[in-house]
Amino acid sequence: MSERASVQADEADADEDEEEQAPVTTGAQSVVRALENAGAEYVFGVQGGAIMPVYDALYDSEIDHVTMAHEQGASHAADAFGIVSGEPGVCFATSGPGATNLVTGLADANMDSDPVIALTGQVPTDFVGNDAFQETDTVGITQPVTKHSYFADDADTVGTEVGEAWALANEGRQGPTLVDLPKDITKGETEIEPAPPKKPDTYDVPEEADDEDVQEAADALAAAQRPVVLAGGGVIKADAADALRDFAFEYEIPVITTMPGIGSFPEDHELSLEWAGMHGTGYANMAITNTDCMLAIGTRFDDRLTGGIDSFAPDADIVHVDIDPAEISKNVHADYPLIGDARATLRQLYDAMPSAPDADEWREQCQEWKAEYPMDYETPDDEPLKPQYVVERFSDLTPDDTIVCTGVGQHQMWASQFWEFTEPRTWVSSHGLGTMGYGAPAAIGAKLAAPDQEVVCFDGDGSFLMTVQELSVAVRENLDITYVVLNNEAVGMVRQWQDAFHEGRRMASEYPWIPEFDKLAEAFGARGFRLEEYDDVEETIQAAREYDGPSVVDAIIDPAENVYPMVPSGGDNGLFALNERHLEQL
Amino acid sequence: MPGPAPDERMRPDGRRNTQGIRIDPEAEVTHEPREAVLSALVKHEPGVLSEVSSLFSRRQFNIESLTVGPTHDDGVARMTIVIEEPQPGIEQAKKQLRKLVPTISVTELDQQNTRRELALIKVSGEKPDDVNAVADMYGGQAVDVTAESVTVELTGSKQKIDAAVGAFEQFDVQEVVRTGTAALERGADTLENDD
Repeated sequence: MSERASVQADEADADEDEEEQAPVTTGAQSVVRALENAGAEYVFGVQGGAIMPVYDALYDSEIDHVTMAHEQGASHAADAFGIVSGEPGVCFATSGPGATNLVTGLADANMDSDPVIALTGQVPTDFVGNDAFQETDTVGITQPVTKHSYFADDADTVGTEVGEAWALANEGRQGPTLVDLPKDITKGETEIEPAPPKKPDTYDVPEEADDEDVQEAADALAAAQRPVVLAGGGVIKADAADALRDFAFEYEIPVITTMPGIGSFPEDHELSLEWAGMHGTGYANMAITNTDCMLAIGTRFDDRLTGGIDSFAPDADIVHVDIDPAEISKNVHADYPLIGDARATLRQLYDAMPSAPDADEWREQCQEWKAEYPMDYETPDDEPLKPQYVVERFSDLTPDDTIVCTGVGQHQMWASQFWEFTEPRTWVSSHGLGTMGYGAPAAIGAKLAAPDQEVVCFDGDGSFLMTVQELSVAVRENLDITYVVLNNEAVGMVRQWQDAFHEGRRMASEYPWIPEFDKLAEAFGARGFRLEEYDDVEETIQAAREYDGPSVVDAIIDPAENVYPMVPSGGDNGLFALNERHLEQL
Repeated sequence: MPGPAPDERMRPDGRRNTQGIRIDPEAEVTHEPREAVLSALVKHEPGVLSEVSSLFSRRQFNIESLTVGPTHDDGVARMTIVIEEPQPGIEQAKKQLRKLVPTISVTELDQQNTRRELALIKVSGEKPDDVNAVADMYGGQAVDVTAESVTVELTGSKQKIDAAVGAFEQFDVQEVVRTGTAALERGADTLENDD
């Protein structure tokens, strides 16, 4: 926690018993009161004309505001705060361009089911529809990328609406919500205290799955010869990682995670096959392809996971656990649909299993695949630095609960492949939307959500450059974050695809003009390091970790290094390529 | 990475169809598109129609008709949405529609539902008696008559309206407006009861 934040938190504790809260007098105060009632600690935002009354009300609040350099950064920081804390992250923006700049972060949160609540200023209601200065149809723009967007039209009810938006973001399948706040509503007088956060009446949240359905699914799993668990991000969101471990350990079923599910199961455990999909491990993809019964929990079967649907787990009965009924049989048909909370349903399944599946041979087969297709790379001393080595060494040097954030690109894949994850809520990345620039602001949100945990952000040179201005925020808040830019002077994933699928025509993918990030870091007031040699890796990582504040390691890596294994888009998971020669064969 | 090349790896024989359903080689089943009439009660407030129509367009559901209007309850509007999709798509459309916050309930009406569409058809006024005769055949009536034009009002199934518009073409159809399908379940069942 930053110094400023910790001082304020202490004051908040001291004040809590002594003073009663002053009654609200304006819509804006009601908005802030609703956030206080919900337990908000931080708001990430950018000030502006139409949101100014809300900021004015925030002036008197114990909620700590973190001024971001750009609204996109505010929405990503709120998103990461939501992932790490499990509670909605809050972001503020003004009307028009402020609100539109939030949209990328809301779309990102929507794809990954991250709890976020966005509050946007709006022009006064009399001006709405007149193309007034900094007006835009924020509700219309954000509707497709939120669980729901509210337009507040009454100072008496605006606080209750904010509470409802909070509850909606948090309950059932988590996700982003937005409340658009016209300036006359937030300035308007009211004496009505907002009601406590309560989900909308029309929003139903299932709890436990149907017992009979659970029994049928358990019987199918127990009868399987080649069972696997596929754990998605929903396992982490539902705080079901412990229930998953209990289940898998007891019934000795190998566990594969999706990429958002990383951390739900310890990757150093024998039953772990790590994660499957386009750049997942060979052994996870072999197991996915050959399983005869899959218990899939809290996953939406994204195409980056499944590859081509025709070849996805083609012999498997699918037991699909999800809290959102619309995810059942959306992409992959569920033979045993279980609608319910992941944690509750896993406990039900645990109790319902008649016996452990007879799967000794299958487990041995999975171990053989681990030996046949290890995650590997070459580290000759005389070649440029390999990015995998940097990630692996960093992972070795840090505690298990270290939080890893990333941008989007090759570096994201290397981080997810070569970092050893064992704890939930330690992997913070942009999966569904694939938002380059996610990492720099996400690390800020993650650090504030877990101030006692170490935070490292792996970014790429292209991705980091998209939101590098947020370094100024990390410096101002004195956040102890280590940024590692795996710098190959390119948008490397695009270049890899151009080489593989566009005959090496590297149109607009090489970035030889990017700045020296260590010097850029120093210009922001952060500590900068440049890393080029194998012999310097450990020393540089340790120096960056030990620096009390944000540091940036500009790691100059082998520009020829590519991400493998790889399942080409829409391909067959079992036919992953381990190198370029394999790709040509597919 | 020393493991076997792609074509040397263990793999099963099965596969799935495009709808993610495992294919039984002995009885391969594919779902053909069919027409479904969805009836939804939604909160009667601004922006709901756009929320629903935007859902259907971004999810690429093939929409045939969408009508909306108030009900006997001031706070509730009713939508009738006709889509043509394979069975899994129909199920998905219902579930996605149910997820929207303003949605109160969603039901697919059975094939025996009562379905009506309203049309106003404006034709040339040269042969008013003949126009009336055709309107009678379809249970319609002239609602506006001038020397130049006759406007006929018709209600009925989509097929009946299609046929009527075809029949009126002999009188030089000048304008047609149709409402799309509104439908209710036959018998005593209501949407609240169904859900």
